[in-house]
Amino acid sequence: MTTSGSPQSLFERRPLFFDSGLSRNRGNTFFTGLAAVFAAIAVLPLVLVLFYVLVQGGRLISVRLFTDLPPAPGLEGGGIGNAIVGTIVVTLIASLIALPVGVGGGIYLAEYSSKGWFAQFVRFGNDVLAGVPSIISGVFVYGLIVATRLFAGQSYSALAGGIALSVLMLPTVIKTTDEGLKLVPNDLRLGAYGIGASRFVTITRITLPSAFTPIATGVVLAIARAAGETAPLIFTALFSPFWPEGLLNPIATMSVLIFNFAIMPYEAQNELAWAASFVLVIMILGANLLARWISRMTKK
Amino acid sequence: MTTAAREEMFTLRRRPAAEKWVDLGFRQLTLCLAAMVAIVLLAIFITVFQGGREAMGQFGLTFLTSSAWNPVKEEYGAFTAIYGTLVTSLLALLLAVPLGVGTAIFITEDLIPSALREAIGLMVELLAAIPSVVLGLWAIFVMEPAIRPVLQLLHTLLGWTPFFGTVPQGPGTAPAVLILVVMVLPIITAIARDALNQVPVELRQGAYGIGTTRWGAILNIILPAAISSIMGGVMLALGRAMGETMAVTMIIGNALNFSPSLLAPGNTIASMLANQFGEADGIQVSALMYAALILMLLTFSVNVLAQWVVRRLSLRY
Repeated sequence: MTTSGSPQSLFERRPLFFDSGLSRNRGNTFFTGLAAVFAAIAVLPLVLVLFYVLVQGGRLISVRLFTDLPPAPGLEGGGIGNAIVGTIVVTLIASLIALPVGVGGGIYLAEYSSKGWFAQFVRFGNDVLAGVPSIISGVFVYGLIVATRLFAGQSYSALAGGIALSVLMLPTVIKTTDEGLKLVPNDLRLGAYGIGASRFVTITRITLPSAFTPIATGVVLAIARAAGETAPLIFTALFSPFWPEGLLNPIATMSVLIFNFAIMPYEAQNELAWAASFVLVIMILGANLLARWISRMTKK
Repeated sequence: MTTAAREEMFTLRRRPAAEKWVDLGFRQLTLCLAAMVAIVLLAIFITVFQGGREAMGQFGLTFLTSSAWNPVKEEYGAFTAIYGTLVTSLLALLLAVPLGVGTAIFITEDLIPSALREAIGLMVELLAAIPSVVLGLWAIFVMEPAIRPVLQLLHTLLGWTPFFGTVPQGPGTAPAVLILVVMVLPIITAIARDALNQVPVELRQGAYGIGTTRWGAILNIILPAAISSIMGGVMLALGRAMGETMAVTMIIGNALNFSPSLLAPGNTIASMLANQFGEADGIQVSALMYAALILMLLTFSVNVLAQWVVRRLSLRY
């Protein structure tokens, strides 16, 4: 071929080497840089928040912080001992409700009725429940329990706060149990039936233990999230400047303490809010890394 | 082993009645526990609806358009809060979507070593774990003072538009939008990352094979293939942003009167609930429940739309 359009001449005119001046290559570099800037901006808040929480809160850590009660407005010193106990108590109540219900519901979805209309309906409802704003669960428990004084005539109580948190935990626990059980190979179930195990025994002795890792990961994450929730507690568990007085009385929690003390015009209260943030963030990040570690241990 | 023992091993035995009952009972128990989800959901709806009925009867649909919120005169209208909810969440998404998707692309492409990519992914996920109240505390004491000069500049430059018409004085809608960006960024990034990872590698190889560049492949092939899941994630983030309470409550200023300016204090439904529910009584509780119902319906429709988008837009490759 002798015409100018031959492939040979095409290569002669455009040699094969990387030309960074080409508009396509310049565009490439531009977009790569843009993505890098976006990623940097996305990471920046975490770094800044962690830095301030660790520095501002870390310097206030002392033994008294864990053993003392918060001071009255205007006074110095004090600690957040009651709020730490309260967060543990309320989260524990929430877990005691949400874990059995969630794991049980997840077992039904995955093991008994994976494709039935009822299971599909419950899955849809679970997704909807997961999308319900956390403040709504507070409003719900307020209307159902606090305003009606359902528990022994008490209005605000630790129990009400725990129930509000359990509403938030439930969807996560159900979802992780459901998905975790679905990952268990069917051969294990058939094998168990084959040697004469009943369905109950198969689930409790074979499938649940083999799905332990994903379920445990999800549960730890759900508990960590619940421990940091504030919105459902403001008008269910309320707050208390004293040590916990049983489950039927208002109780202090770290998250509500941060909220209340952050907007107070007193230096001492603001500092306690930072200290509580420090304790809370360490607890929650610790739980997150624990969950990550659990899931990595079994992958190996 | 003796023959007798072997026969004993292989004789068919009937299941004891107790075992059958345990089996059946366990099934019914899990069924009841699964039904709890539906019951709780229904109970939430009924409680909020029932609580808001009085206000619904009294204010009707003008509740949505009136911006009067006056506990003394017992006049209630949620327009300020609804406007605040929509404006803050939509603006936050407008900023967070490019950031989140850009970050997701950056950590799914092999632009930097994979250890670094995983570190960025981990950090964004940990950001999601930080309690919203801690972000609110940080926003009050660190972020808001830091960005005030920028907002001041916006006011001097764009003060003639109604959106920047007031002098920034601390808490306001703009800082609330920024803290919402921080809160929804991890959701968008995580979902976009999963979506991009799921795009079949053949699509990318095909694009490279006909001579496109990396970003040509990303923008023309990979992003369109993953768009349905990303859109679903964006809708989920929108639902989350609408319902986000603590950080917004702490920084938005909780104004009762309406102002279109982003630099002025505003209000959202969630922050209004957090602020007033504890001290409210009578018709105010009912009005707040009515507002809560509106918030629930908003997030519900956004979430259902998200599921529909994922199903409808997904490309078959």
